[in-house]
Amino acid sequence: MDWQAFLLSLRLSALTTAILLALSVPLAAWVVLGRARWRSAVEAVATLPLVLPPTVLGFFLLVLLGPRTVFGRAIVAVFGHPLAFSFSGLVVGSVIYSLPFAVQPLVAGFASVDSSLVDAARLLGAGHLRVVLHLLVPLARRSLITAAVLSFLHTMGEFGVVLMLGGDIPGATRTLSIVLYNQVENFDYAAADRTALVLMGMSVVALAFLYSRSQTRGAGRA
Amino acid sequence: MLELAIDARRGSFHLKVECRLASPWTVIFGPSGAGKSTLLRILAGLDRSRPGEQVQARVQFRDRLLTDTGQKLWIVPGQRASAFVTQHPALFPHLSVTENVAFGLRHLDRAARAERVRQMLALVDAEDLADRRPQHLSGGQAQRIALARALARTPELLLLDEPFSALDGVASDAMLARLQQWLRAHRVQAVLATHDVTDALATESEVLLLQEGRQIALGPAKDVLAAERSRMLARLESSE
Repeated sequence: MDWQAFLLSLRLSALTTAILLALSVPLAAWVVLGRARWRSAVEAVATLPLVLPPTVLGFFLLVLLGPRTVFGRAIVAVFGHPLAFSFSGLVVGSVIYSLPFAVQPLVAGFASVDSSLVDAARLLGAGHLRVVLHLLVPLARRSLITAAVLSFLHTMGEFGVVLMLGGDIPGATRTLSIVLYNQVENFDYAAADRTALVLMGMSVVALAFLYSRSQTRGAGRA
Repeated sequence: MLELAIDARRGSFHLKVECRLASPWTVIFGPSGAGKSTLLRILAGLDRSRPGEQVQARVQFRDRLLTDTGQKLWIVPGQRASAFVTQHPALFPHLSVTENVAFGLRHLDRAARAERVRQMLALVDAEDLADRRPQHLSGGQAQRIALARALARTPELLLLDEPFSALDGVASDAMLARLQQWLRAHRVQAVLATHDVTDALATESEVLLLQEGRQIALGPAKDVLAAERSRMLARLESSE
């Protein structure tokens, strides 16, 4: 078992999930509460990573973040190194890649909050921030947990973006799913079995947690 | 004094009202679908624009212009010094009764807030409900709490959309009497929408009669609702 890769995957997933929630809550709130004009365009862009081949996304990011573009050169000027083939680059790629998995449940959750409650809060003087943090987030708590778990798992298992954008650098960009690929390539099926088992075990446990929660909640309400 | 000029289209429905409400207690009376709720929502500053709608409005309350779509002026609901209570209480389900009533009182310090919440719960006769969650309230209790929550900010204008529909007749009369006394003491102007003629006749009020989005009459209840009253009396006599 490659513990270095395991910890790197965990660190990448945790960081990605945290950034995604910080981005997705305001984005989903804006989609639900905002005036309709740009809404479908934003939803389409936020859904794009779901259908885009991961290798395509990884390639675009590799070019964009590399030294060929103005954007990439600006990053080098700010950080002192390019984002491609680095852990920070993986974080950027993962955030974009898992964006739909965080935004979609939150949009659905926020939209299901009764609009008369939002009206009531506004009448009582609440601004946008208070409506989001004190009304939508607590009332759509389950969607928030779903978004977090899905983003985390999706990042744990990502392969195409990581390989394209990160290469395979131990300790920096070699994640567990890349280790699995390497093990299979070397015909080390016994090691590959263990790695695959860890990845699958995490998903099963997390999803079981998610669904058991929703079941007990449903029973409590009935 | 509330001056309003509203011209709003939503699909095939057209609301056109232009009037000046000077009485401290005005009843907007009309059948359901007459446009009462739409009118109140515009006065409250909700319903700014939705696709497929045209809202032109000018609303002035006392010395303050609240809405003037001609000037693109639309004060947000929370800064109009007005409160709006509907038949759907819309209590926040994740907060207790006390927290609900305190929601709009962030500008007060903790002690003042607790004191104001206590006063408001006393006004609606609900002090024993302070720690309950909205899920454990009856329909009538929830409506009383919603009223307490709206009044806690001491508004100058109170908009009511059939807020007593879940209270039984006697409770509703007692509540109305206490509410009106409180409103007089705090110089609050109230506008109540109802389709129940007994609500409209119960008080010494001015009545705005609304039908299919049009203002039919405006004046003292006994004049405007004379026809309604004689119809009701006739029905009572024939049933005896």
